[in-house]
Amino acid sequence: MNLLASESEVLAPLVSGWFLEHAWLIPVVPIIAFALIILVGKRLPMKGSELGVLSMFSSLVLAAGAGYQWIQRTNRATEEQFVEPVIKSWSWWRSGGFDFGIGHHIDGLSILVLIVVAFISTLVQIYSLEYLRGDRRYTHFFAALTLFSGGMLAMVLADNMILFLLGWEIMGLCSFILIGHWWEEDANSRAALKAFFTVRIGDVGLLVGISMLYFSANDWTQEHLGVSGFSIRGISAWALSGAPNSTVITIAAVALFIACIGKSGQFPLHTWLPDAMAGPTPVSSLLHSSTMVVAGVYLVARLYPVFFVGLDILGGGGNLIVVIGGITIVISAALAFVQNDIKRVLAYSTVSQLGYMMLGLGAGAWMPAVFHIFTHAFFKACLFLGAGSISHSASHHSFDMKRDMGGLRKVMPITFTTWIISTLALCGVFPFSGFFSKDEIIDNVGYSGYNLFMIIGLVGAFMTAAYMTRATYLTFFGEPRGASVGHADHGDTHDTHNAHDAHDVEQSHGPHESGLLITVPLMILSVLALSSGFLNATPFGESWERMKFWVEPRSVEVVEETHVGGPGESLIINLPSAEEVHSKSVCGSAQPETGICYAPQLNHAPFKWLKAMMSMAIVFLGIAISWILSTLLFTKRAPRLVGLTQRVKILGFGHKLLVNKYYLDVLYEKVIVRSIAYPVARAAYWFNQNILDGILHAIANSTRKISGWVYKNVDQLIVDGTVNNSATLTKSLGTAAQPTQSGKVSQYAALLFSAAAVAALVLVIINT
Amino acid sequence: MFVNQFLFLGAILFCIGVYGVVARKNAVLMLMSIEIILNSVNINLLTFALRNGSTDGHVFALYIIAVAAAEVGVGLGLVLLVYRNKKTISIDDLSEMRG
Repeated sequence: MNLLASESEVLAPLVSGWFLEHAWLIPVVPIIAFALIILVGKRLPMKGSELGVLSMFSSLVLAAGAGYQWIQRTNRATEEQFVEPVIKSWSWWRSGGFDFGIGHHIDGLSILVLIVVAFISTLVQIYSLEYLRGDRRYTHFFAALTLFSGGMLAMVLADNMILFLLGWEIMGLCSFILIGHWWEEDANSRAALKAFFTVRIGDVGLLVGISMLYFSANDWTQEHLGVSGFSIRGISAWALSGAPNSTVITIAAVALFIACIGKSGQFPLHTWLPDAMAGPTPVSSLLHSSTMVVAGVYLVARLYPVFFVGLDILGGGGNLIVVIGGITIVISAALAFVQNDIKRVLAYSTVSQLGYMMLGLGAGAWMPAVFHIFTHAFFKACLFLGAGSISHSASHHSFDMKRDMGGLRKVMPITFTTWIISTLALCGVFPFSGFFSKDEIIDNVGYSGYNLFMIIGLVGAFMTAAYMTRATYLTFFGEPRGASVGHADHGDTHDTHNAHDAHDVEQSHGPHESGLLITVPLMILSVLALSSGFLNATPFGESWERMKFWVEPRSVEVVEETHVGGPGESLIINLPSAEEVHSKSVCGSAQPETGICYAPQLNHAPFKWLKAMMSMAIVFLGIAISWILSTLLFTKRAPRLVGLTQRVKILGFGHKLLVNKYYLDVLYEKVIVRSIAYPVARAAYWFNQNILDGILHAIANSTRKISGWVYKNVDQLIVDGTVNNSATLTKSLGTAAQPTQSGKVSQYAALLFSAAAVAALVLVIINT
Repeated sequence: MFVNQFLFLGAILFCIGVYGVVARKNAVLMLMSIEIILNSVNINLLTFALRNGSTDGHVFALYIIAVAAAEVGVGLGLVLLVYRNKKTISIDDLSEMRG
């Protein structure tokens, strides 16, 4: 190693390419498409949807190109070499010494999420072509959907926190628009408002965190890297440099994590996510799989050094992220058991899976958590689109599993197959993709010493398997019920989630398989749900961990070396070089001595088949128990089980608690909102009525009196008087001057010459 | 050089011209009076030009002669038209512009 680090050694130069250098195009394309759809969309043959699909597809192509070139870049680099992210930044605006930049920061993490977002967005848009056909706000739907993806893409490749915040807020706005897409119904607009405001609560934390980081990191980053304190690269390096004050960085990390709690639906701000089901199903699918909710997890992964140092992640004991993640996994999985709405089951499952990602990040399992973003996006999008397919084609736009579904496996074979594959992936069954990510998270959490949270993770896996089995049983097995029986009853009794959809005549002939625009995205997603796990298949050894090699930043100390070129040219090349061997890096654990660290040194749990077998057994146990209970309860109507919650008091209490969602909504709306907002509103009303109106009335009365006086005295006498008098004066002057206009040329000449004579006289007098 | 005689001649001619413009009723005679005024001015200009030994006055006088010729052309044209319409050239009969 010492020999290699000698002066003559030049590390493999990092390759770049057109796609990496121009990655900023990826979000720009959808944002331009959004403007075009708004402006000319309604006049296009497909009402603007073609622009949306096309722009998402071009983003996907650009992202895939960038991904290919990134892989080349990492493959060319040596094992111990830090692969520098491709950063381009421009000055956006300056204000009083602050320099706000705009630019992109491309590394493995952003490439991974970019590809996922662009891919899922493309499929969802294609799916929406069919699902929303004939909707009254078809064009606006595609515009908002495109901007939504554009905001996420901009956030993902942001090189500084200001641009990050911009993308974050664009998404918040678009989620509001899309959840409230059918705003004519009160419930939908309420859900949209709830989502917006709940996320806003978290956003306060984001603003606080960004400003704190800026003011504490700016000096250091300007000195060492020449970038502002908003730069993500600068903040990461600063956090690991040993320079930051531990209190400041802890508070900043907590503030940022509050933003993640709001955005990613973590306990206790998860309540907006299930209500967000009021939006059209493609929106739910996009929102839950790849865009909105992943943003919070992405923020933690992006600024991981800040959280790593601020919350002392590998320091043992519980930290905030692990605790919140653990609580979220269990409570949301429990809630999923009492839901009848299929989309709500999936929503709580998303909350629970996000809990896994947070748990992984909090326990130092960065790579498995990021990989879980990747795999989760595919199978969750597939599940949501499957639920949409059922409601679109089989259950008359109802999402109620108990009333309108059942026995659908025979009539919807494609939807059923894709659903089963995705469910198994979600449960984490080998060899589906969820196994490779979720099991790794649980394994690494235990390996890092969080034994309690490893058990929570296993309990969560059990519960996931159980509630997904219940949902699958209710939907696809047993006897058909309600709308899915087949005779076309078009009663208005169904849930009216999608009542605004156009009803094609052929669709009213009972349940059937959906069209190709719906099933093809389902099939693509299910293939990925089945296979994407092999990109980072830890069980098969190091050579299978491709994703880790491409995505995980190598935690080596980067030392800037200056090479002066040959005679005649003094070319200065800054090349990062490895100071120490990968496994012994001091990054994250101590202050780097000579170089700069960009990523903390993390542990990776060695894979053991025994542990995997154990968690697999737990999953299968969950499936089996849930299957048996579901059969007894929903098909055989076993007398011992039916009505159990009414008979046994303690179970009834638990059931009631779950049905009411732990009374969190009650707490927020009835207690917090009422105790804060209502008195404020009453006081504001009183203030408005008595003080503001009083002032207003007094002002109005006095104004009226003053204006009366002004009218009488100023306006009538002075203004009008002046006008009238000047007119009279002019008239009399005119009358007086009239005789001079005699029409006689001689007289005019006499006047002219006498005037000239007078002028001459005056001139003579003046000159003498 | 005695400039006084020339200046007196100019002044007398100017006064004759002014009298003619103000007192005469015939339009053609009014035009002739205007010519006299212009020529009196010419005399003044030439007098001072000779006295000061510069050519500016000569140039001006030539200009005035050219302009006067043009003016007479236009003026006689007007008089001709007035005669055609009114069968008279008395200025006192042309007072339609009275205010």
